[in-house]
Amino acid sequence: MNKFSWYEATSKVEAQREANSTVSETIQPDADPEAAVFKASGIDLLDLMKEGLSKPAKLVSIRNIPGMDEVSYNKEKGLRLGANVTLAGITANPQIKKNYLALHQAASHAATPPIRNMATLAGNLVQRTHCWYFRSKELVCFRKGSSTCFAHVGENENHAIMSYGYCVSIHSSSLAIALTAFDAIVEITDKNGKIKLVPMKEFFVLPSVDRTRETILKPAELITAVILPEPKTHTVSYYIKMGSRRSQDWPMAEVAVVAGLSGEKCKTANVVLGAAAPVPFISKAAIDAITGKTINETTATAAGEAAMQIAVPLSKNGYKIPVFKTIIKRAILSLGKPPENVIDWALPDRIH
Amino acid sequence: MKYKRKKPKTEKTGRISRRGFLKGAGITAAGTVLAGSGVLKLQAQTEEKDKTLGPDAVNIKIKVNGHVRQLSIEPRTTLADALRKELQLTGVKVGCNRGACSACTVWIDGIPVLSCMTLAVEVGDKEVTTIEGLAKDDRLNPVQEAFMEHDATQCGFCTSGMIMTATHLLEHNPSPTEKDVKVALSGNFCRCGTHPKVFDAILDAARKM
Repeated sequence: MNKFSWYEATSKVEAQREANSTVSETIQPDADPEAAVFKASGIDLLDLMKEGLSKPAKLVSIRNIPGMDEVSYNKEKGLRLGANVTLAGITANPQIKKNYLALHQAASHAATPPIRNMATLAGNLVQRTHCWYFRSKELVCFRKGSSTCFAHVGENENHAIMSYGYCVSIHSSSLAIALTAFDAIVEITDKNGKIKLVPMKEFFVLPSVDRTRETILKPAELITAVILPEPKTHTVSYYIKMGSRRSQDWPMAEVAVVAGLSGEKCKTANVVLGAAAPVPFISKAAIDAITGKTINETTATAAGEAAMQIAVPLSKNGYKIPVFKTIIKRAILSLGKPPENVIDWALPDRIH
Repeated sequence: MKYKRKKPKTEKTGRISRRGFLKGAGITAAGTVLAGSGVLKLQAQTEEKDKTLGPDAVNIKIKVNGHVRQLSIEPRTTLADALRKELQLTGVKVGCNRGACSACTVWIDGIPVLSCMTLAVEVGDKEVTTIEGLAKDDRLNPVQEAFMEHDATQCGFCTSGMIMTATHLLEHNPSPTEKDVKVALSGNFCRCGTHPKVFDAILDAARKM
């Protein structure tokens, strides 16, 4: 890692006064050599710095700002998760498990147990893509300022199958998949202390809009919380991550489904796919396939088929299509069942 | 406590006594120097302005295995490097150095975390426990003993991380199922393939604890 100075902020104001850049800016060729960026747990930031991709001059720790790891509930506003709540904290929260099962599942299947003890909610949202060309210091890819996307003609088995432009990277945050499905809202405090409420589906930026960053965050803007709206009655959810291994590993495909049920009938639905596109992908086709219908094997299968209609796989990731069809079907059929009665596909119960 | 250190550079930087967790040699020495030279007021003024540490080496105090240790490190030093290279606690192993293998797992305030993805400077006044801190009164802890009995190591590089994770599991779940053990250990990679014996050892340790 490059040498850097360290600032332990004790308030948001103090942190925002010190920070002058974003991690994404430090990866660009025109990065400010004096860049000061926020660090919470810093799992992704330290990874980028150890690779030599990001070389900030100063890290501003926001980890110990009082109140930023609080969870509060208000019947009108819903559940407010402080930006510094850890993934383990989300997993252990009984209210999240009861009312927002898909978020509980996404958090409990991300990374590894010690990382979940460290990594924060906001850090998970703003981590950069894990495209191996982007993550390699030797290669200056399209996202890092050149005119070449190496994944297009290279090793693209983990890359996007839909909604990509020239850059075919996929989005890294599993929590964002579940949070998008719940219509969560990102609470951002801007440099002047003003609070902006941004719907999760507007928080991420496609590379075709701006290839240098993945979120709308500007320098010194701080995510202070994520707000989950109060679930309507009979709202159920489910999340499935499919990786090439059952423990750790990034998803090759993941899906979060949130639905409002009336008996067996699906009144409202939201289906969001991860590891499919450069941002969390809301599958309108899958939503239409189950909305107003009875949930059964036929409609669940139809939703998976419909979702993959628009997929345009790259040379090596066509395998993702049947995987997505299967997990979309399984997630829809698992809706509303108590978690102990459904198979947890990601638990490592067959390691040996 | 007795401090024996070279004179800190307080006149120039005024940094040493700023942080709660930096209360160490610096403070006593700095206080004396400042009072003597009549610059206390100046220090109070700069207090608010400049809390920045580094980028060169800074003096910090760190609580490891029940002892307060002092070290001089750059802010970029990871906790793993500080423990291994500065404090000679080489039971902490660095496998991937990227948070992927969990070999470097230690506890901070009793919670398993990755020391390779933690900066030493951010530990503050929290308590660090390494594999060296598990034995009590010259007696290994039951997980360590079970690992030996079950021959649950081969090259041993991942073992200390495994034992830190497993001991934490058993402290919070004294009678885990095999699945509980597998889930808890799902981040700890063993390239020799000792996982079956590791699971047996942990379940056996749970029965004996």
